[in-house]
Amino acid sequence: MTQHYSFLQLIRQAFKHHEGWKPAWNSVEPRDEYDIVVVGGGGHGLATAYYLAKNHGLTNVAVLEKGWIGGGNTGRNTTIVRSNYLRDEAAHLYEFALELWEGLSADLNFNVMFSQRGVLNLGHSLQDMRDIERRVNANRLNGIDGEVLSPAEIQKIVPILDCSPNNRYPVLGASWQPRGGIARHDAVAWGYARAADRLGVDIVEHAAVVDIPLNRNTGAVDGVVIEHAGERKFIRARKVACVTAGNSGVVAALAGLKLPIESRPLQAFVSEPLKPCLDTVVMSNAVHGYLSQSDKGDLVIGAGTDGYNGYGQRGSFEIIEETARAICELFPVFSRVRMNRQWGGIVDICPDACPIIGRMSVPGLYFNCGWGTGGFKATPGSGFVFAHTVAEDHPHPLAAPFSVERFHTGAVIDEHGAAGVAH
Amino acid sequence: MLRIYCPYCESVRDEDEFHCVGEAHIKRPERPDDLNDQEWGEYLHFRTNPRGEHREIWHHAVGCRQHFNVVRDTETYEIRHVYRIGEEPPHEAVLDE
Ligand SMILES: Cc1cc2nc3c(=O)[nH]c(=O)nc-3n(C[C@H](O)[C@H](O)[C@H](O)COP(=O)(O)OP(=O)(O)OC[C@H]3O[C@@H](n4cnc5c(N)ncnc54)[C@H](O)[C@@H]3O)c2cc1C
Ligand SMILES: [Zn+2]
Repeated sequence: MTQHYSFLQLIRQAFKHHEGWKPAWNSVEPRDEYDIVVVGGGGHGLATAYYLAKNHGLTNVAVLEKGWIGGGNTGRNTTIVRSNYLRDEAAHLYEFALELWEGLSADLNFNVMFSQRGVLNLGHSLQDMRDIERRVNANRLNGIDGEVLSPAEIQKIVPILDCSPNNRYPVLGASWQPRGGIARHDAVAWGYARAADRLGVDIVEHAAVVDIPLNRNTGAVDGVVIEHAGERKFIRARKVACVTAGNSGVVAALAGLKLPIESRPLQAFVSEPLKPCLDTVVMSNAVHGYLSQSDKGDLVIGAGTDGYNGYGQRGSFEIIEETARAICELFPVFSRVRMNRQWGGIVDICPDACPIIGRMSVPGLYFNCGWGTGGFKATPGSGFVFAHTVAEDHPHPLAAPFSVERFHTGAVIDEHGAAGVAH
Repeated sequence: MLRIYCPYCESVRDEDEFHCVGEAHIKRPERPDDLNDQEWGEYLHFRTNPRGEHREIWHHAVGCRQHFNVVRDTETYEIRHVYRIGEEPPHEAVLDE
């Protein structure tokens, strides 16, 4: 049993020179059979397992992760959290997630460092501003906080942003969601892993799912075959819930399915640490860059996806140049800041830039994927509604519009052009 | 940075001269009216997205502005073949689907 984190515990451990802390969770050897296996130990998969246990009392559950917990997009993203999406279906889902974020550290007994420092989405043209006004109005009708700010108001929030009218892409205004912000990505993975582990979920690392055998008579899933510790092993399961982000197409193919998803690298970089100078999140779709400053002081900078499909977790040099240009355009003061690290994650992009959550045509098989460039913010909500969908074998009301059938019925949820920027 | 051979310019250029259009060899259905929703949805939205060899259309956007086909590995990013529109991929590149 893991320890409960509290002030008292901190004092007690201080007297033991902090040598008495136990691991936050245990990575275990898999058993032969589970009620449910969750494939993918990113934030969404771990949250799914946690809510299966917490909300539905299902603890005979394993999370199978091919690498290490949170080593996928969960640990690679720029951690922006907001809920100001245009479409009702998306707005409701992301707002539900944002409400869970607001109580998450207490719920998990783990500090996820959720910091509601506000998110600005800049507009640089008349059309940008029309879109922003439309989106903010739609948000307010959905009960989501939002304001349209003038350049003077933006300047007060971010004094170092170049708002002068002579810019190549002048800042004409912005949408402002004060409840948006950032969180610590690793802590989200670790916090959910620990909380799920405490409720009895098995977390298995370095276990790649390499096959999803179907029952010859019923056509339903029988379980999964994993590669673990140099061996192949069959694990029987009634339900298989896949939460594998950029690898979802590959995993779906194991069960003979095809998904409307394309996988592309999305990259980010961080600078050398600076003194505090930016206490909010600034995003611009038009010049295509966004940034925030972490508590360590480094600038966390995000960019666009590569222009072609790929599974290499890096990202093209061309995009680095483009992003650096955007950041220097917005913040000339950062033009000589040095970058420390750069990396990429493989994002799963749906034609309508919205996720796929729900049952597949194979009985017992569920997918939660297609979050693309913007799923970190949804992590708690995604796990919550997906756990419901898997446990009840029926979509949670918030998840229902996101079934894969929408690509056949035509009821797509077009957030591509609508969201402020993709992340 | 990818270095891509344009079969029209007959030279190798940097990636940023090109634009990747998407998967190649997708045939528009000959009689769209005869398709059901399932088939039409597959045609519109479902791409192969392989981890490995992928056939795609590229556009020499700031060069000769011609479209052509590329066989590229999405894991190693190696470009295996380049061939013109209307040509079939070299035999070993034909994926069994
Ligand atoms: C650079 C970058 C910046 C981003 N910025 C933002 C942002 O600012 N805000 C935001 O909201 N979102 C952002 N995103 C998107 C966000 O990171 C993702 O949508 C989200 O983290 C997805 O979480 P996940 O748990 O589904 O995926 P992951 O964390 O990728 O988890 C999937 C896991 O599945 C595992 N897996 C895959 N195949 C198998 C297999 N066969 N067997 C077992 N395990 C397998 C992988 O190893 C991986 O750990 C960004 C993404 C990137 C790459
Ligand atoms: Zn050319």
